[in-house]
Amino acid sequence: MRELSLHLLDIAENSIAAGATIIRIFVDESSIKDKLTLRVEDNGKGMDAEMLAQVTDPFVTSRSTRKVGLGIPLLKEAAEACNGSLQIWSQPGIGTRIEIIFQRSHIDRMPLGNLADTFRMLVVSEPKIDWELGYRLDDYEFSYDQKQVRETLGDVPFSDPLVLNYVRLTMEEGLKTQQPVSSIPSK
Amino acid sequence: MPTIKSLDDLKKVREEALQKKKIQTESGKARVIVGMGTCGIAAGARDAMKAILDTIEKDNIQDVIITQTGCIGMCEKEPIVQVEIGDQPKVTYGKVSPEVARNIIKEHVVGGKIVTNHVIPL
Repeated sequence: MRELSLHLLDIAENSIAAGATIIRIFVDESSIKDKLTLRVEDNGKGMDAEMLAQVTDPFVTSRSTRKVGLGIPLLKEAAEACNGSLQIWSQPGIGTRIEIIFQRSHIDRMPLGNLADTFRMLVVSEPKIDWELGYRLDDYEFSYDQKQVRETLGDVPFSDPLVLNYVRLTMEEGLKTQQPVSSIPSK
Repeated sequence: MPTIKSLDDLKKVREEALQKKKIQTESGKARVIVGMGTCGIAAGARDAMKAILDTIEKDNIQDVIITQTGCIGMCEKEPIVQVEIGDQPKVTYGKVSPEVARNIIKEHVVGGKIVTNHVIPL
């Protein structure tokens, strides 16, 4: 996987599999701090200390529960190669939080990729989850609140063509400033 | 294309969608499931999902539920897409490129004809 937004999709999949009903994803880019931070938090079933310790080991995965696969170890390696880190906090019954930091300008840092596509398919394919999605690039901010959208839609499904159109435009519009860095509108 | 972003716009979308629904007859709801495990994502599941969403949006296809699932144990066949229409048996497709995904929606979900050359026999 050569895009951070694909890794986010993968991590979100772990949260879904953990039975989370609230999943927060935040992507924070700071040109001043020269940092790119990805954070995913969920209220899923969580992991105990033993499982947590093994999570970044590629040869451990609880296949039946499918909590973690190859994605996390590879991402940890990629982050550390870019002067960054990958950390996971988790508590059984409470949830899991994962934070990945990259040096933003590092030559080997994976591109963020198409975050709008990742966000779009998460909210559409798992409409019942309360997705709280956010993106920040210096002083530009975008956020999406699934609960609000779901309540407004009422009984109209997310897979309705008109709703798909709304979600796609919302994500594309909100995230179009993500790259390249030089084209950020000054607010 | 106008920018629609506010919740007021979403309310209009809702009204419009509800009106369309009234004209639509109940034509056997379809469920489309995309494998989104690590294996699926690495093999291009996001592109398949994107093609599915874009086709449904562009061709204005009603009554399709799109959902995702984790690894189903056939990683070498990813990206995997499954289609369930009404109470017919579930059809599993493998190696679903964006083009195949579009065909699955147009021929199977809308037309009712299984895209035989990409079916995984189970």
